[in-house]
Amino acid sequence: MASLPNQQETITLDTFLRGLWQENPVFVMLLGMCPVLAVTNSAINALAMGLASTFVLVASNSLVSLMRHFIPKQVRIATYIIIIATFVTMVDYAIQAISLELYNALGAFIQLIVVNCMILGRAEAYASKQRLGATIINGLGIGAGFTFALLCLGIVREILGAGSLFGFDLFGDQFQPWVVMILPPGGFFVLGAWLLLFNWLRTRREAKLLETEGAPHDG
Amino acid sequence: MMADSVTFIFLNAAIVNNFVLAMFLGICPFLGVSAKRDTALSMGLAVIFVMLVSSICAYGINWILKYLHIEYLRLICYIAVIASAVQLVEMTMKKFSPTLFRALGIFLPLITTNCAILGVALFQTSREYNFVQSLAFSLGAGVGFTIALLLMAGLRQQLELAKVPNVSQGAALTLMLAGLLSLTFMGFAGLGAQHG
Repeated sequence: MASLPNQQETITLDTFLRGLWQENPVFVMLLGMCPVLAVTNSAINALAMGLASTFVLVASNSLVSLMRHFIPKQVRIATYIIIIATFVTMVDYAIQAISLELYNALGAFIQLIVVNCMILGRAEAYASKQRLGATIINGLGIGAGFTFALLCLGIVREILGAGSLFGFDLFGDQFQPWVVMILPPGGFFVLGAWLLLFNWLRTRREAKLLETEGAPHDG
Repeated sequence: MMADSVTFIFLNAAIVNNFVLAMFLGICPFLGVSAKRDTALSMGLAVIFVMLVSSICAYGINWILKYLHIEYLRLICYIAVIASAVQLVEMTMKKFSPTLFRALGIFLPLITTNCAILGVALFQTSREYNFVQSLAFSLGAGVGFTIALLLMAGLRQQLELAKVPNVSQGAALTLMLAGLLSLTFMGFAGLGAQHG
């Protein structure tokens, strides 16, 4: 995002992978936190939310990228929001048609994808400057990163809070579930714990890089 | 009916089901603007105002959409109204309090993408509140948001003096704090439990 602000990016594997790890929207950029915390009380909800957001992200950013020469600078944010809202309405009705149970579990958070800052952020920072191909690949990467993060939270919270995974019982009757994990505070705790883990990994890697700096560098 | 009374709706939105700590709406500004107490307060006030305006507008729009049978346009209309309300607040604030305007910075236009505000509009529609109930609900939600923001800012200002390990600095620590705060607010759950 910051590396090539005004140039067209050539599509490489990195275009996709960057969103998954280096620019992970949740763990690194801290964008779109509300659904991350709210719907991750079970793994299946997390997966559905991740896929729905990915679809909206890719579809709306493709449209933004196609129309980037026609959208006037002054009203671009409003235009992006309306494009996003259109796709969210589609997803909303689609999920309602596919599984009413899932729709009720996710509640208002499907419609609230509209105000997910991750999607608007990508439209502004990436899609409005890049060609269609690069936008789609990058969008898929960011979406995958978002889904990955949601699953990280959803799996931990479901295992600890309900003793199951994707609805399958893991531990039998002996297990005493940590109810707090499915309740709101659990969301904050688990996300905080993941961030701690990633911070720790990052500082360790940086320390390693610093150590090897004196050695002859071959990459 | 107790559950329909205006006071109950207000308290429920402000404390029992606090928008930030129990329903996870408006997390971005909650983490972003909660570093100082006075910016937190002004952010809270701006949010209360935008919430009230957009709640009133959403009520009117919903009535029109129902009349014309085009409910599927609801989301697009709501977001357009919220964006204009935010623009209004921004212009007013720029004129009357430039210092505050600068202090809030990027987070003022970002109120548009504050899910708490769209959340208020959507919830009041799905719960079929009447006009007075909608007002109480949006005011309660705004007050709840401000309370959460202020509490968080107070905690974080105290924490600046504490020594914490390097790894846990920044967002991780803030989230842990929010978790504790949320746990505290769970204590109020009994207040509203019997009414759902």
